[in-house]
Amino acid sequence: MSYQIPKFRHPELPKNQLGYTKADYEGSISTLCAGCGHDSISGAIIKAVHELSIEPHKIAKLSGIGCSSKSPTYFLGKSHGFNSVHGRMPSVVTGAAMANRDLLYMGVSGDGDTASIGLGQYGHVARRNLNMVYIVMNNGCYGLTKGQDSATADEGSVSKKGEANPFSAIDLPAIALQIGATFVARSFSGDKEQLVPLIKAAISHRGFALIDVVSPCVTFNNTPGSTKSYEYAREHMEATGTVDFVPMHEEITTKYDPGKTRDVTMHDGSVIRLKKVDDSFDPFDRLSAITALEKSRESGQILTGLLYMDKHSRDLHEALQTSRTPLNQMNEHELCPGSKVLEQINQSLR
Amino acid sequence: MNASVAPISAVNDFVIKFANVNGTGSASANNLFAKALFRMGLPVSPKNIFPSNIQGLPTWYEVRVSEKGYLGRRGGVDIMLSVNPQSMADDIREVEPGGYFIYDNTKALDLRLHRADITFIGIPLTAICNEQYKDPRQRQLFKNVIYVGALAALLDMDFKVLSGLVSDQFKGKEKLILPNIAALELGHQYAKEHFNCPISIRVETRDAVGDSILLDGNTALGLGAVYGGATVAAWYPITPSTSVVDAFDKYAKRMRINAGTGEHNYAIVQAEDELAAIGMVIGASWNGARAFTATSGPGISLMSEFLGLAYFAEIPTVLIDVQRAGPSTGMPTRTQQSDVLSAAYASHGDTKQVLLFPSSPAECFEFAADCFDLAERLQTPIILMTDLDLGMNDNMSPPLKWDDNRTYDRGKVLSAEDLDAMERFGRYLDVDGDAICYRTYPGTHPTKGAFFTRGTSRDEYAIYTERGEEYEKNMLRLMRKWETIKEYVPEPIMVPASQPTDLGVIFYGTSEASTLEALDYLADEGVNIDGMRVRSFPFNDDVEAFIEQHDRVFVVEQNRDAQLRTLLMAEFEFGPDKLKSVLCFDGTPISARNIRKQIKQQLPGSNVTPFQRRFRRAQGGAA
Repeated sequence: MSYQIPKFRHPELPKNQLGYTKADYEGSISTLCAGCGHDSISGAIIKAVHELSIEPHKIAKLSGIGCSSKSPTYFLGKSHGFNSVHGRMPSVVTGAAMANRDLLYMGVSGDGDTASIGLGQYGHVARRNLNMVYIVMNNGCYGLTKGQDSATADEGSVSKKGEANPFSAIDLPAIALQIGATFVARSFSGDKEQLVPLIKAAISHRGFALIDVVSPCVTFNNTPGSTKSYEYAREHMEATGTVDFVPMHEEITTKYDPGKTRDVTMHDGSVIRLKKVDDSFDPFDRLSAITALEKSRESGQILTGLLYMDKHSRDLHEALQTSRTPLNQMNEHELCPGSKVLEQINQSLR
Repeated sequence: MNASVAPISAVNDFVIKFANVNGTGSASANNLFAKALFRMGLPVSPKNIFPSNIQGLPTWYEVRVSEKGYLGRRGGVDIMLSVNPQSMADDIREVEPGGYFIYDNTKALDLRLHRADITFIGIPLTAICNEQYKDPRQRQLFKNVIYVGALAALLDMDFKVLSGLVSDQFKGKEKLILPNIAALELGHQYAKEHFNCPISIRVETRDAVGDSILLDGNTALGLGAVYGGATVAAWYPITPSTSVVDAFDKYAKRMRINAGTGEHNYAIVQAEDELAAIGMVIGASWNGARAFTATSGPGISLMSEFLGLAYFAEIPTVLIDVQRAGPSTGMPTRTQQSDVLSAAYASHGDTKQVLLFPSSPAECFEFAADCFDLAERLQTPIILMTDLDLGMNDNMSPPLKWDDNRTYDRGKVLSAEDLDAMERFGRYLDVDGDAICYRTYPGTHPTKGAFFTRGTSRDEYAIYTERGEEYEKNMLRLMRKWETIKEYVPEPIMVPASQPTDLGVIFYGTSEASTLEALDYLADEGVNIDGMRVRSFPFNDDVEAFIEQHDRVFVVEQNRDAQLRTLLMAEFEFGPDKLKSVLCFDGTPISARNIRKQIKQQLPGSNVTPFQRRFRRAQGGAA
């Protein structure tokens, strides 16, 4: 069952440029466990889209199967949603994006959905550089089937079952980087300060934008020996820097130390302002990102923040030279060559 | 010429088979031969019999010439043209008594292979090529053209037609025209000088093809998709379906690119596998584009899960299945109609999928275009079931037709104005009573019409529910929708016998030509049988009535397990005794002679037990 949020709202809820309040971007009441990290991510998505003043119906939210994939019911209730097949969300988004290039495609998946059955499609949607936001709600375990380790569980991590995971973990951002993703970030569901601007930047990026979000499972994997618990994440988070997002229509007013910050103008005219914490890390250098990820992994840290961005990203529509007019808006006049041409073809076959 | 049996004497009615090595360029020379006969006004039906291999293995090209217009496989070979020593022993054995074996005698024939009842014609093809050409590739390629030239003399073909065809084929590559015509002349001259031309099998110009065209089914499908308004094609290469998307690509490049801006009014995505290909089609269709994929048996297995989602969530989906011999990898380059059951009931749970069975390139074109209307009108997968025989062979076909007044039927889709005018939108509400509901595309309206598409159960407003009665109500509506679908899918084609009869025969797809020919043979022998070509599943009422009206109904199909017969029994509850199977599943197209034989064995009063029952008995099972 889905439960609808009561319609009553405080009349003075802040409105965005389109006149929408945050409530206009909410979904049904979540049926996930109380305290689930996924709900915080849903909240961050709502906040990011509201603040960016995107019309709710111009977003399509798609998911696979699992706890994470249920979450699109709990945000963006005025957007079309598609809860597809396990691990196959990327292909459905690919088709949808080919049909209409004018919508924002928000794909939501989990570690089971993406790193196991969906690993193939994950890799291929990244290498095609489909223009989409791909959020992984990563808790290292299978919730709906009661707590089995997933492929992103760290080696040695102990979930509620009490057994140490004997296998090495699949690092989704590292794979994405290797395969050619053009925007790769990691965050933590408990850190909205970081997550919200990252989501905004991912939306502004033209191309495939991955955000791997550590999102603890309170029921099966929030144990003292787990590396995906709230406590572990809080203690081992290490950020590449901070990200501020300034939408294109806003003036940049805050002043930063110029030596430590860098403004990057996105494709849609927005600006992301990156504040460095370490000079050795450069988010526009793929090699630097891969090295940093490996180093943090060795030391048992969770490296978060914007890991990599390709400022010259070319998305799938550019590669295919698809028409500016969305394909789903074309009719027989644009698409059908007609009987005269067919008669010429017949003639060539005689 | 040394035959002990009188040579077969025939004009415009024979079967010739070419035994080649694959990868040697024989295909284009063989095509040239078939097309020349077609241009002489003779119905031809060429068939490739080729290995799953790129280079070096035996491959055959069989051409049936039939002034009467019989286009199926007849069975038997009257003339074998052999340039492949690997398969020579078998090729000699295959020739009908009184037939001809034409071969490269640069190397002397092994005397043990000699047959007294056929005529051997030796042409030193390799020697001629070695003398004429220095380049090894030219020696190989022109050998094929030379034997076509020799055949022209032996069969009395119109040489002008052949040379004209060469000029047409190499339009744009004019340098190649003269050398090819010279090679044709070399063969022609050699045959004229060394043999009595023509031989007892020959051709004469006729006007027996009218305005027909010669085209393979896959190209017709790709072109049909362009005409039908497909904008998204997602696919994964698999024999024998690959050339469907190749054709779509070719015609889209020609007719769907804006000359000014270079923008493409289509998108083709080569997916990572069939799982992704069907997912992309579903995503695109959900978002309002006309999308399709093409695959073969293994792809159908992989796509089954998604097909269940599309059935249950009611998303238009167009899927082309060019069938090949299964199970598993089976025989990838051989033909069968063996995906009927796995496609009809594709996916877990209670699912039924709509199937269409075209039998000619013209019907491939027509059905491919119609599929998009049907899928959007009926909001369900439409699976176009063709096979390697139709898909990859040139078939003589009526010309392709298009009505310029035709508009696409986009089905029940609500616009922003529609949504404004209504109280509450329910994605799965049966408003019109035909069990087909209204849908909305994403992005239509700021506040109305959004819904959540899912493979989980939901109520009429697309809200998730596990209430049994809601689930059941929805499943029953889908059953009612199945009845509505019967009104939209192509009806069967009836082929009544010339006299009233209690016997009927059902056939579909590529079994058509051979069945019709077999019916002529049987009628000549006094056995009259009414024919019905089934063109779709669900079967409509005419199919049931046809079976009811006959005491015994033969079902012709190209698979082992009598899959369409099973489907007929499952849908209509006819007993197994009424429906008799006529089957061929060796990977070659079913022949007219084979059909005639199997029908005669199962006529009333015949005591031949059908092979399946015979097989069960032999295994000690109940008969």
